[in-house]
Amino acid sequence: MTTTPLPVPEADDESREFYDGARRHQLMLMRCRSCGAWRLPSRPRCPDCWSTETEWVRASGRGVLHSFGIMHQKLHPAFADRTPYQFAVVELAEGPRIVSQVVGVAEDELRLEMPLQAVFDDVSDDATVVRFGPRRS
Amino acid sequence: MHPPYAVRAMDGRELRGRAAISGLGMSEMGRVYTRDARDFAAEAIRRAVEDAGLRKEQIDGLLVNPGVTPLGAMGGVGLQNDLGLANLRLLASMNVGGATANVMVQYAAMSVIHGLANHVVCVFADAPLRTSAGGGGGAAYAGMGRSVRPSGMAGLYTTFGVFGVNAHYALATRRHMAMYGTTSDQLGVIAVAERAWAQKSPLAEHREAMTLGDYRASRWVVEPLHLLDCCLVSNGGVAVVVSRAEEAADLAQPPAYILGMGQGHPGDFRRKGWDVETETGAPIARERAFSMAGATLADIDVLQLYDCYTYTVLVTLEDYGFCKKGEGGPFVADGKLGPGGSLPTNTGGGQLSGYYMWGMTPLSEGVIQVRGQGGERQVAKHDVVLVTGNGGILDHHSALILGREA
Ligand SMILES: [Zn+2]
Repeated sequence: MTTTPLPVPEADDESREFYDGARRHQLMLMRCRSCGAWRLPSRPRCPDCWSTETEWVRASGRGVLHSFGIMHQKLHPAFADRTPYQFAVVELAEGPRIVSQVVGVAEDELRLEMPLQAVFDDVSDDATVVRFGPRRS
Repeated sequence: MHPPYAVRAMDGRELRGRAAISGLGMSEMGRVYTRDARDFAAEAIRRAVEDAGLRKEQIDGLLVNPGVTPLGAMGGVGLQNDLGLANLRLLASMNVGGATANVMVQYAAMSVIHGLANHVVCVFADAPLRTSAGGGGGAAYAGMGRSVRPSGMAGLYTTFGVFGVNAHYALATRRHMAMYGTTSDQLGVIAVAERAWAQKSPLAEHREAMTLGDYRASRWVVEPLHLLDCCLVSNGGVAVVVSRAEEAADLAQPPAYILGMGQGHPGDFRRKGWDVETETGAPIARERAFSMAGATLADIDVLQLYDCYTYTVLVTLEDYGFCKKGEGGPFVADGKLGPGGSLPTNTGGGQLSGYYMWGMTPLSEGVIQVRGQGGERQVAKHDVVLVTGNGGILDHHSALILGREA
């Protein structure tokens, strides 16, 4: 296995609850207090009703595989010894889509819409990466 | 109950054939390192104005689309000053990615029709290729998301190594393949057809022969995309002049009349229910452009479809209704897009094999075909040409229907 650390993002004000949640092994999403629409913590305003009233809610961690790719280009030093590698977009049960990686499934077994469940990988003392593994039901 | 103006505004028919592309200018393109983007733009404009038979004093509008390298102050005034354009009534920098070329022409057409200006130059130029270091070719495009210290939610793209435009189009292509059974070979047929066209074009950068075997053997960039699914990266500039139809008819070149115009921007809200990867803004643009032109698909003689990737061509064909959604793969498999085929498409080799000038690639070849100046690659029947642009990750779509007659 590789020893180069993954480039884990620094939290900003809008994403801090997400990354802190990941440390607790919880998938946290934003939900609009006005209309109830879920969104990834990215922007302060709800695109559906334009409200800025939001709350942080623990999501189910359930999702399905929306799409995936296999990166063969070496574009970042942290990935030099990982290439080629798989990356994925997962559609969460609550609606939002998140970029991640599927683990525990062979590459030729990956199928779009396959059920997935969030898994939490403590890559360092202060950072946890959210990946997705197979889900039975 | 609607006032008369509102009814007319829903139509667009009154714009049909009232403006035309009167001039086309292209700088040297490709691996040309002697100019920066701003000078490529100036050279393209000089050639476009000369091509139209206009004098620089007659140019009173300038619309500018910068690429990934700068085009001077605010993208426009620097260029204005470089060229001594002293009579501008219209000046703006615009960017909806590869959809911009058509979009600039649309605003230029409406401006000349309604009297805001008389002759509007629209230009794209870029110089992302450098002679030294920096990863060469697509470095400027591959860099997206490659932050050294990622932060916020967008930082997840860095964590999972989702870098560059290639990665996003790979996700979109994969989705189409999974939903509809589209195969790599079907995409390869598009690349091969465009290369066959490029072999007939003195403007094309890649004129060496290509087979489906070459396509299959080309290295993976981001699976499911092979290298030969991806466009080139070029230095250079292209400009067009847009004039009122009756004035264009008196100028040096056969006018490319603008029969129909449309845009579609579907939005990507990154959540369930949004099939942004497989359904583009093209249907929205198509509806307006074809109703304005009073045309149907059967009227289209030549297609110039934005082709940042082979997949973009396939999904655009579907979204215009040349075939049903999901049937793009089998539709192109017989080679109908290539020379001698029933649906001549990207007759200059497109951006896959010709030259990468964003939306100016399909637009410039569209003008050349309508004029009948395509030489060895000229399509015999060239009365009506569809030109499409695409920007971002299928975020923006723009359409022009060009006609040999108004
Ligand atoms: Zn809301």
